[in-house]
Amino acid sequence: MSTKMKIKKSADGGYEVMVLAKHPMETGLRKDSKTGEKIPAHFIKTMEFSLNGTAVAQADLGTGVSTNPLISVHLADAKPGDTVGVNWVDNKGESDSAEAAVK
Amino acid sequence: MKRRVFVKGSLAASTLAVAAGAGLLSPTRVLAAAWPENAFGQRPEADALNAFFGTSEVTESDQVALKAPLQAENGAVVPIKVMTTLPNVESIAVVVEKNPAPFTTGLEVMGGGAGAMYSARIKMGQTSPVKCYVKSGGKVYMTAQEIKVTVGGCGG
Repeated sequence: MSTKMKIKKSADGGYEVMVLAKHPMETGLRKDSKTGEKIPAHFIKTMEFSLNGTAVAQADLGTGVSTNPLISVHLADAKPGDTVGVNWVDNKGESDSAEAAVK
Repeated sequence: MKRRVFVKGSLAASTLAVAAGAGLLSPTRVLAAAWPENAFGQRPEADALNAFFGTSEVTESDQVALKAPLQAENGAVVPIKVMTTLPNVESIAVVVEKNPAPFTTGLEVMGGGAGAMYSARIKMGQTSPVKCYVKSGGKVYMTAQEIKVTVGGCGG
């Protein structure tokens, strides 16, 4: 699993933070085509964004979010030199994080 | 006489206990909250909104914009983007009415000037209205758009 982050300056000021997390996002409704058994649910639950170490937003995800979620938020208060971090946790307790500097 | 006093007293006590219980159960969500399990599990939309926002009173507003395709060829990946010009955004929610779990995703804002935009790629089982809600200043505003789906993406 890997997590990538990109920060883009947005036209109306502030910065847009894009996060791409590699994750299967299983709904728990799908069946294995060979065995016919249900594939257990496996999805990211929360994704927390931080600006210079302070939590600024939390995205709540569920099974309705696509495989390899691409989430983006806008941070109006971000300035060049700031550090933006993201940390996600899934329903199995697995987690990953990424960090990037605002340019 | 004594018995009557006792019954009265215990009745009052039990009412209090019920009230306290209800107070604990009612959705008072604060910052840095845990995953809102109640919202994701709820089938009637109003219940999900109640669990997430603490209210189900909604006003339609043109200050909330939903940018999404009119027609999605692949229901497994539908890009949606919620934008708002409302000040002091507290939280954002996206609800796909006809999905097995309608409450799809949400954003809780704690600071940093976040909240003007939230985008994600979502799954849609079938053609359905997609609603986005923005809570600002204690009130919930909404806008909706129907997205047509030719191939569903919710498994089954």
